Amino acid sequence: MIVYENVSKKYNDVTVVDNLNLTINDGEFVVLIGPSGCGKTTTLKMINRLNKINEGNIYIDNQNILDVDAVELRRKIGYVIQQIGLFPNMTIEENISVVPRLLKWSKEKCKQRVHELLEMVNMPYEENAKKYPNELSGGQQQRIGVLRALAAEPPIILMDEPFGALDPITRDALQDEVKALHKKLHKTFIFVTHDMDEAVKLADRIVFMSKGKVLQAATPEEMLNKPEDPIIRNFMGKLSYSRYCNDLTCADVMKKRILTVLETKKTLESVELMKHKEIDSIIVVDHEDKFKGIVTIQNIREHGKAGETISRITESNVDTVSVSTNAKDAFDKLIETNVDYLVVLNPDKTAAGIITRTSMTKALASVVWGDAE
Amino acid sequence: MTPFKFLEIYGEKLLIAILVHLEYVFVSVGIGFIIALILGILLSRTPKISKIIIPVIGVFQTIPGLVFIGVLFMYLGMKPITVIIALSIYALFPILKNTYTGILSVDESVKEAARGCGMTNMQILFKVELPLAMSAIFSGLRMSTIYTVSWAVLAAMIGLGGLGEFIYRGIDTNNNVLIVGGALPAAVIAIILGLLIDCIQKKITPRGLKGGK
Ligand SMILES: Nc1ncnc2c1ncn2[C@@H]1O[C@H](COP(=O)(O)OP(=O)(O)OP(=O)(O)O)[C@@H](O)[C@H]1O
Ligand SMILES: [Mg+2]
Repeated sequence: MIVYENVSKKYNDVTVVDNLNLTINDGEFVVLIGPSGCGKTTTLKMINRLNKINEGNIYIDNQNILDVDAVELRRKIGYVIQQIGLFPNMTIEENISVVPRLLKWSKEKCKQRVHELLEMVNMPYEENAKKYPNELSGGQQQRIGVLRALAAEPPIILMDEPFGALDPITRDALQDEVKALHKKLHKTFIFVTHDMDEAVKLADRIVFMSKGKVLQAATPEEMLNKPEDPIIRNFMGKLSYSRYCNDLTCADVMKKRILTVLETKKTLESVELMKHKEIDSIIVVDHEDKFKGIVTIQNIREHGKAGETISRITESNVDTVSVSTNAKDAFDKLIETNVDYLVVLNPDKTAAGIITRTSMTKALASVVWGDAE
Repeated sequence: MTPFKFLEIYGEKLLIAILVHLEYVFVSVGIGFIIALILGILLSRTPKISKIIIPVIGVFQTIPGLVFIGVLFMYLGMKPITVIIALSIYALFPILKNTYTGILSVDESVKEAARGCGMTNMQILFKVELPLAMSAIFSGLRMSTIYTVSWAVLAAMIGLGGLGEFIYRGIDTNNNVLIVGGALPAAVIAIILGLLIDCIQKKITPRGLKGGK
């Protein structure tokens, strides 16, 4: 747990972080967002003592960070920056294993860890370990930046606009990867961005800052729905989606490329498929392509029998919406029911697509900034 | 006089002169390099002081070697140490300047990443800053080696041998063959040492720091 207690920071008598109080729970994904210069980076860098605290205290697991040697502290906190900052004189392997080597891990253990981490982002060791940073693309470099932060298994990862300089497609892919890593590793992530889309996609909790203060700390849904301050509403594009998505239907905002399986599919095969696609549930249809329900990995694990088809354990009592449903209503339903996605059905009951949190922000963005696609 | 004839008469003397010359160059560049490296690192830690010192050093460097060696000669007398001190000081400047600017030009974000990883100041210096400043340091070393080869000619001015002896004697006696006989090997030495340093640099620079690819 990280606790900011009345923390203030001044630069030449200008207060940039103003009496900040914030508690971040273990395993939480917190995104700091706010206008440029509001003190996000400063707030972040006080945790690993790259920035000095002028007043107040920060505690990590009830220990004042000032009582820990700064160098020791930093080796236990992963840090990723926007400029990536890989060491150009070191190979990818050396870059990733920097902190483990500082911690004097054995050679074999370092190598094994590098192996494991590269595997995690689908960059095979044999192909990549001996390359130098300048031989990788920007997206690959930042993947390595993230791996370097993860290498010594720190319980806390700090990320300062890590994807800000990447193209939208790469950024999207890396966001997915980071989110997946968070799910898998259960570490505390503190992530700075000024992109609301990114914040909504990643955060368990968004902390909105302005002029060195926290204006609102809330789940993405809450913040989209009930921005507590005009500045926040302004930041989301002057408009709240609830008023402007009226003329959109689910067909406009849903994700159309979805994966379905026949109900006659065997349980094991379905698990393999989900694992391969890195999803934890899948839409089940009958031989006429009509929607039957969804099946989750967990469900199969708990109730499925080997060799059996998935039809018996398919959950049919799930929330669905129709293609003609108003998008706003669908979003409200998504927020209320707190499910990962809603299935959108055609009039003939075939599955047309799904609506996720991401579709929600995309819809919002397209209303506010015009449709990018 | 044919080259063969020249070598027949002066061969042994020339060989000794070359060795003496090389000795001056190696010793002074070696001393200069060590001092410059240490000073450059120290100066890079104290930007406020360096802002004053670096320009002063620049001015010093423009004082003609002849004047400098003359003054030193008056104080220290006609000893090899006089030559070594003078040459070391001259050799020091380009390396010092390049070490300093090389370290300062290391990307701020890389240094921040290093600190964020939990490197101590020493580790940042040795694992990040110096390796990244290496190409600048090498070009300083190269420059100062080549200069020192020609400055070492001045040693002969106070009667301490080296290839300068040929050149001065040549000038004194109006003997062009002697002048060329001293100048040509000096030029060749400068070129060879320059190439040698390039070679070493290429060998030790990791692929990630080489331009191009
Ligand atoms: N080293 C410094 N010296 C003086 N002022 C600084 C320094 N670093 C930051 N500031 C000021 O502190 C304020 C907060 O800076 P900070 O970098 O935390 O903002 P930020 O929210 O991260 O902004 P951005 O989104 O642009 O990165 C800014 O007004 C900035 O000008
Ligand atoms: Mg910032």
